[in-house]
Amino acid sequence: MDRALTRRWATGKTDQRAERTLGALAVAVLVLIGAMLVTVVIKAWPSFSHNGLSWFGPGGDVDTQIRAMAESKALPGRSLYYFRAWPLIWGTLLTTVGAVLIALVVSMLAAIFLTEFAPPAIRRVLDPVIRLLAGVPSVIYGLIGILVLARYIDNHWISNARRASVNYVVQLNGNDVMTATLILTLMILPIMVAITASALASVPGAWREGSLALGVNRWRTIWRVSLRTARPAIVAATVLATARALGEAVMLAMVSGGRGFAPNLLDGVTALFEPVRPLAATILQNKEGLTIPVLAHTVYAIAAVLLVSAAMLSFAGWFAKQRFHRYGLRA
Amino acid sequence: MAATELAPAPPSGSVIARAPRERTGSWPLIDRIAYFLCWTVGIGLCLIALAIVLFMAVKGISYLRPSLLVNSPAPSVVQSQSGGFLDPIEGTLLVAAIGTVIAAPLGVAIAAWLAEYRRPSWLARAVESAIEVMAGAPSVVLALFGLLIFAQDFLGFLSQRAATGAVYGRSFFAAGAVMSILALPLIVSATREGFAQLPDRLREASYALGRTRATTIRRVLLPAIRPDIATGTALGMGRIVGDTAIITILLGAGLTMQPVGHTPVIGLLRGTGPTLTSYVYENSPAGEGLAPQKAYAAAFVLLLIVLALNAFVTWLTNGGARSEGGGLSRALRLIPFMPNLSR
Repeated sequence: MDRALTRRWATGKTDQRAERTLGALAVAVLVLIGAMLVTVVIKAWPSFSHNGLSWFGPGGDVDTQIRAMAESKALPGRSLYYFRAWPLIWGTLLTTVGAVLIALVVSMLAAIFLTEFAPPAIRRVLDPVIRLLAGVPSVIYGLIGILVLARYIDNHWISNARRASVNYVVQLNGNDVMTATLILTLMILPIMVAITASALASVPGAWREGSLALGVNRWRTIWRVSLRTARPAIVAATVLATARALGEAVMLAMVSGGRGFAPNLLDGVTALFEPVRPLAATILQNKEGLTIPVLAHTVYAIAAVLLVSAAMLSFAGWFAKQRFHRYGLRA
Repeated sequence: MAATELAPAPPSGSVIARAPRERTGSWPLIDRIAYFLCWTVGIGLCLIALAIVLFMAVKGISYLRPSLLVNSPAPSVVQSQSGGFLDPIEGTLLVAAIGTVIAAPLGVAIAAWLAEYRRPSWLARAVESAIEVMAGAPSVVLALFGLLIFAQDFLGFLSQRAATGAVYGRSFFAAGAVMSILALPLIVSATREGFAQLPDRLREASYALGRTRATTIRRVLLPAIRPDIATGTALGMGRIVGDTAIITILLGAGLTMQPVGHTPVIGLLRGTGPTLTSYVYENSPAGEGLAPQKAYAAAFVLLLIVLALNAFVTWLTNGGARSEGGGLSRALRLIPFMPNLSR
């Protein structure tokens, strides 16, 4: 039956009022999100305007700069607002990109397994397992990371020679890029598996049957037909997972080492065992300093960077999903 | 509603499409390796989840004493004298209650508008993308935004004022309200999905009886999608219960309940206190690091709550017997809105 028709028939006074009320609530949410973007950026503006684009660049020890703000004593020859976020951004990039790359491969395999190969009995276990992994609070991931994985890496993976080689700049203690990346991978896996798996599940059976009928084996069919169809959804999964990984604060504050240090990739493997402190974790660790205006502006500046990048990634993911709908499929 | 959603769903589901069991022996080597890797990853994920639950259970049970559940935390360096975590449990329940009470009606209302009215359509699309941004916003940023809002002078009655008259902006009410932003996207998308799956004949029958759209939604559609609303709410509660960033920023790191004034409930809402997540965080080596054993025990209680909510969702989604394409559960599709991340 035509929807427009029923719409015209079933419209009365109370109905209009109900529609307006519900619509107003929806608009209120829209306004709230808009207000969030605006207020956070306004609160952050002093930090950006004092530092310009070099806010994002390298320049000195970021921890010293934050301490200077907390004590309201400007560094010699610098403004009190002086802030160079590169070590924090670099730490965020290292952990996020590492985790997303690993999770991309693992999640595709897991999604294929879940939708194609898993016998029904295993699928009935794996489905709740993925939801469980999505549901475990990040503070528990952090606790396991700091008390188990970090200690294990500290004891077994970091040799004394490696420790000594960088001892003059930084201490290696297992709270590092490696631990943070591994746990972050586990945390973004569920979202990627969920999006990829529901895309794979909505690929029409006939498309795959066509391929199978031509004598293509099942793996090649999945690879060439299902995954090819689901490609926009995989892009969406990657983008959305990146947004989530950027925003992760608690777990990273617990296991990443908590030092505004920028590991040098030229050090090779050693760089993976050096501490970092991603942007979101920096906000969390400076929560006590929010009463100091200059530090508060800086913290809100970090928040603005995170919020804007997360919002842009969310939009990108949404667009990618729209492309999937072009096939007439839902995921 | 988009045309694609009205079109009959393609006969999806690998169950239908599955070819008669094909032996992998005839496959090229690289395909067999990939097949093997799929199994490894699938089984590996199950083992990792099992390991996490078992590890937390072993640690939790070995440190958990009944007395911990009924005693308030006490500041002490010695673990045997630092009390239990009664206050954190109360705090968690309080925050979850406030967040759900705000988010559930709001989420259902927005979902109803998006699914049943969505006029003008550009506005509906804007609201959809706002919900998307909401789901993706890092919770530390939400917490900072909440602090900005609730530290406004005219909202002073929701938290407490310093002697100078400055509004503190930190209270259970503030934390719960910001938490509702976390739960909202989940409730909206679960409810919308419920609306979208109802057959049109339900609506048509109701209109034929002369009911208006509003009455149809309230009397016919909403009762029919109660399981979906419950699913979204339970998942939203899970997200609220597990969040740490909002708690540490909007409630501080205190270990006991600190109500404001003497009015019983209002004072508590205006005051600050701990929750299980902030208790675990503060007692882990990352916080004060005073009592890892207490942290394990509290984390185990937290995990039990999350597991219970998860089991409830499984029961709801299976009880509806509405498993769809590829045998994936409906709750799995909601994961994009429930990242454990940024908690």
